[in-house]
Amino acid sequence: MKLSVEGVQKHGALAVLALVTLVGLLAFPGFRTVDNAGTLLVNAAPLGLIALGMTFVILTGGIDLSVGSVFVLGGVVAAWASQYGFVAALVVPLLVGAAVGLVNGVLVARTNMAPFIVTLATLLGARGLMRAVSTEGSTTYLVESQPFKTLGNGDLLGVKWPVWIAAVLFVAGSVVLNRTGFGQAVYAVGGNTDAARLMGVPVAATQIRVYALSGLLAGFAGALNAARLGSGVTVLGIGTELDAIAAVVIGGTLLTGGAGALSGTIAGVLLLGVIQNLINQVGDVPTAYQQVVSGAFLAVVVVAQTSLTRLRSVAPV
Amino acid sequence: MLEAIDVSKTFPGVRALDSVSLSVRPGEVHALVGENGAGKSTLIKVLTGVYRPDAGELRLAGERVRFATPQEAQRAGISTIYQEVNLVPLMSVARNLFLGREPRRRGLIDTVTMNRVAAETLRGYGITGDVRRPLGQLALGAQQMVALARAVMVDARVVIMDEPTSSLEPREVETLFGVIDDLRGKGIGIVYVSHRLDELYRICDHVTVLRDGRRVHSGPMQELPRLKLVALMIGRDVETVRSEGVTGFSEESQVADSTPVLKATGLRSRHKLHGVDVAVRPGEVVGLGGLLGAGRTETVRAIAGALPLDEGTVEVAGRPVRGSTGAAVKAGIAALPEDRKAEGIVPGLSVRENIALAVLPRMSRAGIVSEKRIDEIVTRFMERLRIKAAGPDQPVGELSGGNQQKVLLARLLATSPKVLLLDEPTRGIDVGAKAEVQSLVDELAGQGLGVVLVSSDAEELVEGADRVVVLRDGTVVAELTGDAVTADGLLGAIAAAAEKEVEK
Repeated sequence: MKLSVEGVQKHGALAVLALVTLVGLLAFPGFRTVDNAGTLLVNAAPLGLIALGMTFVILTGGIDLSVGSVFVLGGVVAAWASQYGFVAALVVPLLVGAAVGLVNGVLVARTNMAPFIVTLATLLGARGLMRAVSTEGSTTYLVESQPFKTLGNGDLLGVKWPVWIAAVLFVAGSVVLNRTGFGQAVYAVGGNTDAARLMGVPVAATQIRVYALSGLLAGFAGALNAARLGSGVTVLGIGTELDAIAAVVIGGTLLTGGAGALSGTIAGVLLLGVIQNLINQVGDVPTAYQQVVSGAFLAVVVVAQTSLTRLRSVAPV
Repeated sequence: MLEAIDVSKTFPGVRALDSVSLSVRPGEVHALVGENGAGKSTLIKVLTGVYRPDAGELRLAGERVRFATPQEAQRAGISTIYQEVNLVPLMSVARNLFLGREPRRRGLIDTVTMNRVAAETLRGYGITGDVRRPLGQLALGAQQMVALARAVMVDARVVIMDEPTSSLEPREVETLFGVIDDLRGKGIGIVYVSHRLDELYRICDHVTVLRDGRRVHSGPMQELPRLKLVALMIGRDVETVRSEGVTGFSEESQVADSTPVLKATGLRSRHKLHGVDVAVRPGEVVGLGGLLGAGRTETVRAIAGALPLDEGTVEVAGRPVRGSTGAAVKAGIAALPEDRKAEGIVPGLSVRENIALAVLPRMSRAGIVSEKRIDEIVTRFMERLRIKAAGPDQPVGELSGGNQQKVLLARLLATSPKVLLLDEPTRGIDVGAKAEVQSLVDELAGQGLGVVLVSSDAEELVEGADRVVVLRDGTVVAELTGDAVTADGLLGAIAAAAEKEVEK
């Protein structure tokens, strides 16, 4: 009894994902096509990368609100840099994202400011930068580099590149978390910062690195998105940080840090994607109501997860 | 091996260390004792690289060293186990044990080897079971053992132990002493901090006594009589200590045969209490005795309205109290929680604010608080309880454990309660503060308060209480009154109850 409850709680997002997917498969013919599955995955890939970085940040007990802005900034600078070729289109957004993340990390680790405030500031700052680069959104850079476009739209064995990239990074991220000293430091800092410090874990360095990683991945997600859309779209990324946080938390990572896994985050990201996809299947639901349904669904999922957690905590030890 | 020479450290308003020297030789167990606030913790933090000294120097194996961070101290071979377990509860036992020095294979952590070695190592400390469990699932004592194993596993040259036994069961204490003997044999120096004098005399070779940030004595442990040690710590004459005793309780208060101020009848709560009756008359101190888990804390919590009851009533001065903490407080029950950190003080607020917290509603007129009256109360209690602080505005989190406890007590007393529930009021505080808290309890009872005292310290219980109710498995098994209230009587009652259990 206890084991199964624990299992369900740990893989709660996965269980809900399976259930929702099953309902979708049975109820909507449009949902159970290969094309639709491909679209769903490729749409989820950028959020996946952002949520990957967010998982690291939240595991340390922090939060990164700047990723939505960095995401859109990354897309715009990628499209702009694509005039100088493939490498520039890829590297510039990574550098920009990592730079913003580094600022976050240094401020959080060295000034003792709350991550919420620090990353709120960089959220505004990065959005401002994006507007400066795009002259108030009036300049839309088109992606000039053909190889870069292929990165967003090409496929291998029928699966689009962004999906492969996200999958590989999630596997790598999982290895980093579980099998490297840095990964252990991430869990230790989030689980008990004081203890981590006394046990000799480099707390500040760990914090700086997770925020830099989060910024880097958000910039990369922006670049991939620009490659896919063929231009640096300036109206994206509002509320993306909240989607990423939601995906991580639905995936079972504690918002207070110290416990969680990337497998849960994948499930969380896909769950959000499937919900959105199913709402699209229903057809003529106005966008405004789509959001209402999406929000309500999210609430239901979270309540279900919480009650499962509670079940576990009262289960006999 | 490790030397601190004329180390000083000043915090805003407090001279925490004033030219203190300490020298630990290889294979020596060096006791570091002193009252709370004497500077032990600060000295330890200087030795372990948490603080940098303002003046003076550290030498390790004769060479001058400076530690900028705890990592550097650890790398140099100084390991520490702290009074409160400083590990990460959500991470697995094995990962806690190896954090920062995991076995690697091709650059990655080798989890298989790590778990195997962890299981083998911990078996030597009496910890069996799955090392992949989160550490938080272990009992506190077992967690402390993991911390110990971790400290010893590194190639430590010096191990610093800050009250390592405060959360250990007697059996675990023996394991700890075994480990200490091993370390001594290997020529490792040990700094041992404890308030338990028996332990100090049993395992320590040398002792350094601190008081008010200064070193007042250093010499071989066995050459220092116990009475003299206590006198040094609290800064009084040996004669005074002898005449007043080590605990601050005075003899026999006169209890009139009046109606009970607190009467709890037939307290029942599933798995925890099976019909406990306690009555306390004004001016009486009733002790709750028994082993750990006998239902002492649960009884106190039930009276305070914090433990939901299946059956049973609690009356204060003849009036029934509905089972909630709010109702209990209103009826005049004040409870000192067992865990002062989690349930009591607000570390970020000042001494003044912490004391005033509970009385604010009473001191306000039309919602406006009279600052002057608060100041009066705060000053009165700070003097009366001899709270050692830079001033009423110092944050409570900066005070030593004993002083935090006094602040908490002051807050309770400021509400002028009728009944005082004290659960382990002297745990983790030093001899001097202990005596002060004890004499205070006496004084309060003398003023007509009913007091329920829970203590694991048999001596404290029998000297403090007029009557002792002995519990076992959630029921009252004996009641000691008058001349029967002795340590032997208490142990006898507990033992007899245990025998009855066996017969059943």
